[in-house]
Amino acid sequence: MAPQSLQDIVVIEFAAFAAGPCVGKYLANHGAFVVKVESRSRLDGFRTHYPPFKDNIKGPNRSGVFAFNNDSVHSVGVNLKVPAGLEIARKLVGKADVVIENFTPGTMTKLGLGYDELARLNPSLVMLSTCNLGQTGPRAHHPGFGSQLTSLSGFTNLIGEPDRNPVIVYGPYIDYIAVGYGYIAVLAALEHCRRTGQGQYIDLSQYENGIQFIAPALLQYQLLGTAPTRQGNRHDYAAPHGVYPCAEPESWCSISVFTDQEWQRLVCAMDNPQWTESPRFATQLARKENEAELDQQLGKWTRSFHADDLMHRLQKAGVRAAKVNNMADLFTDPQLSHRRFWRRVPHKEVGPHHVEMPAFDLLSTPCAEPAGEPLLSEHTEMVLEKLLALSKPEIERLASEGAVELEPAEADTETARKH
Amino acid sequence: MTQSPSKKPGALSGCRVLDMTTPLGHLCGKILGDLGADVIKIEPPAGDAGRIRPPFVQDRSGAFHSLFWLSYNNNKRGITLNLETSDGRRILEQMARKADFVVESYPPGYMDSLELGYAQLSRENPGLVYTAVTPFGQSGPYRDFQAEDLEIMALSGVMSLTGYPDKLPLRISLSQSEAWASLYGAMGALTAFHSRQKDGRGQFVDVSSQAACIILCAHAPWFWDYNREIPTRHGEFMTGRTITGAKFRTAWPCRDGYVTFIIYGGPAGQKTNRALTEWMDTKGMAPDFMKAKQWEKFDVAVITQEEVDRMESAIGKFFVDITKKEFLKEVVERGMLGYPISTAEDILDDNQLVARNFWQSLETPGSDDPIRFPGGFAQFSEMDCGVRFRAPLLGEHNRDILAGELGLSQQQLTLMRAASII
Repeated sequence: MAPQSLQDIVVIEFAAFAAGPCVGKYLANHGAFVVKVESRSRLDGFRTHYPPFKDNIKGPNRSGVFAFNNDSVHSVGVNLKVPAGLEIARKLVGKADVVIENFTPGTMTKLGLGYDELARLNPSLVMLSTCNLGQTGPRAHHPGFGSQLTSLSGFTNLIGEPDRNPVIVYGPYIDYIAVGYGYIAVLAALEHCRRTGQGQYIDLSQYENGIQFIAPALLQYQLLGTAPTRQGNRHDYAAPHGVYPCAEPESWCSISVFTDQEWQRLVCAMDNPQWTESPRFATQLARKENEAELDQQLGKWTRSFHADDLMHRLQKAGVRAAKVNNMADLFTDPQLSHRRFWRRVPHKEVGPHHVEMPAFDLLSTPCAEPAGEPLLSEHTEMVLEKLLALSKPEIERLASEGAVELEPAEADTETARKH
Repeated sequence: MTQSPSKKPGALSGCRVLDMTTPLGHLCGKILGDLGADVIKIEPPAGDAGRIRPPFVQDRSGAFHSLFWLSYNNNKRGITLNLETSDGRRILEQMARKADFVVESYPPGYMDSLELGYAQLSRENPGLVYTAVTPFGQSGPYRDFQAEDLEIMALSGVMSLTGYPDKLPLRISLSQSEAWASLYGAMGALTAFHSRQKDGRGQFVDVSSQAACIILCAHAPWFWDYNREIPTRHGEFMTGRTITGAKFRTAWPCRDGYVTFIIYGGPAGQKTNRALTEWMDTKGMAPDFMKAKQWEKFDVAVITQEEVDRMESAIGKFFVDITKKEFLKEVVERGMLGYPISTAEDILDDNQLVARNFWQSLETPGSDDPIRFPGGFAQFSEMDCGVRFRAPLLGEHNRDILAGELGLSQQQLTLMRAASII
């Protein structure tokens, strides 16, 4: 097997939900050894708060949200409230290249794991702190979730029909922008460390990351005094531009036309129906002006096709068109299958299920075959042996003191499932 | 050109990037530039497709400048080069010998057809990290499909989760797929660069925009994978939080726009609900059942739609008279979850961003005053990251780079201009 690009990196994560863990997951996909420090007494909210749970049965090892953000990482049970546990955490940091945390600002310092302290233990350490609004500023300590941050960053106003209330995006949009920038920031800081031997602290504000993706709107307001608004699927400079109903219920295909040539290709693909000969649709400006009628006519035509067939027919004719995939479709999409975007992983409690791979493929050092998301404390012994060279009796002693937590025995898991 | 004083190096200072991106990849090159790389935007003599993306600002000379272009091409120097001429190709080959990165987003196979693809360029420079950002990737059944933002969003699945239940699936009105594709492009480029710095070997990085945008579905695919359920669109409501099937309002009309507030459980949600009840009570608008509630025992997973409706009816009446500013001030002071739905104006006014020195001002065509651009994507303790200079005008650095760095004579430049090579 080809080696992975990041296999020399050790990452310790003190993180929960999306913005921290998903950075670790991507680093692990490319070979980093990623250790997620968790505790029974302070579970990652994604293990317990939100569905889906396998077979709709709640349990810390049964969460789909957790699976999505944590495949291929190792879970180590450490209780940071116990002094010996905190000491283990510090020793782990001593062996790490990277620490990732996404608590509210100040929490790591209160725990005794602030950057200054960790840098004394490990001067080449790269530490990523990713939080809602950044570590500084008048509202640094205000807690928040990604779904609401999508609104603060201006996106919610840009989704929906012009005459109706705005629509929120499904997931924590901003968190995942911050995941990408967080990953980039970590690799950038590692390059700096390679050059200078020096580690550093990264203060990443998820809000400021979200704003990167709305830059053209901010320029528009400053330079033109106007702002883009929600307009359904319409586009200021294209017509038709939308999704059109297909034969099966709840199925659609997109069509977008920006020029006369593209329109001619569409007309041809429709076998030149008479309505397209009207001067009302003859030019780009005319089509834009009569867009409502155009959408209606097109919708009548698309209704007789299956979305997949229509997409292929139009693409073959050189017209931009795409089926609106639903969540089930994503798993059978031939292009995603070709890229092996979804990978099947085994899992002790959930059974075999899928995880997703990064959207970039490295041709010489492809990502590692993923492991499933870890059971809570699944890798405590393995990691403490590997990174700290602790012996089994030492680990058992630490476990009996409550400093570290071991994977619950098979029987416990069974009981947990029944309850 | 405003050059902000930079005391610290960037992570990629000393690295050279050749950027042959269309709008799909502009931000990818910019991110490498934010980190200090010397990025050279190489455009066809007629200009990049990003330059004709609306809306535009007109400068004093009457020329139009795309705001999308200005947003995602700062930190780049620009030259024109016709890669479909042999001189153009030769110059690119020469530049690629000394480059660390190539970033491009032409259709799959185009650069190969010019003999400027990874196979050719890496022969002379095995350390080159070559990143190609395309709608669907370099191979596979959809490789040659045509796609703009709408098509990428449709095939990524996210539109099936967005919109009102009685209407069509929706995209975000401000095109987003380019930014996502570029973000993953920069992630891939830096992953490949990490191993190149160890063993000297570059490689090809194949980025799919469709795959990049699947993350917008967040955990929704696992409803299908785990339980064969298909989540769909619920308009301004959030679902999937309860065993009763209750849904929660997310967008609320207020006096001067909208705010986002969601009834949550868990410690943060319980605290929020209690604080909101107290705030409503200061205006005599908290109903008795909310005042009597033991919020510390509130379990959102078992709440019925009837209870939600009762709470939301009272909350809605309260929010309708609150301004966005007032809402933000109160949620911060009371430690509640919730944010206003900001407009561009609100964001530019936000004192949190000002206090963190987030904005970076640049002189920009079409404006007498400097314009504020989003600054660095992170604050690094030891490195510089952010906007250093504005996007290039067409061919702005032809002389600097082609004559100054590659040693072409003035006469050669003139000849190439006449032959539409630059």
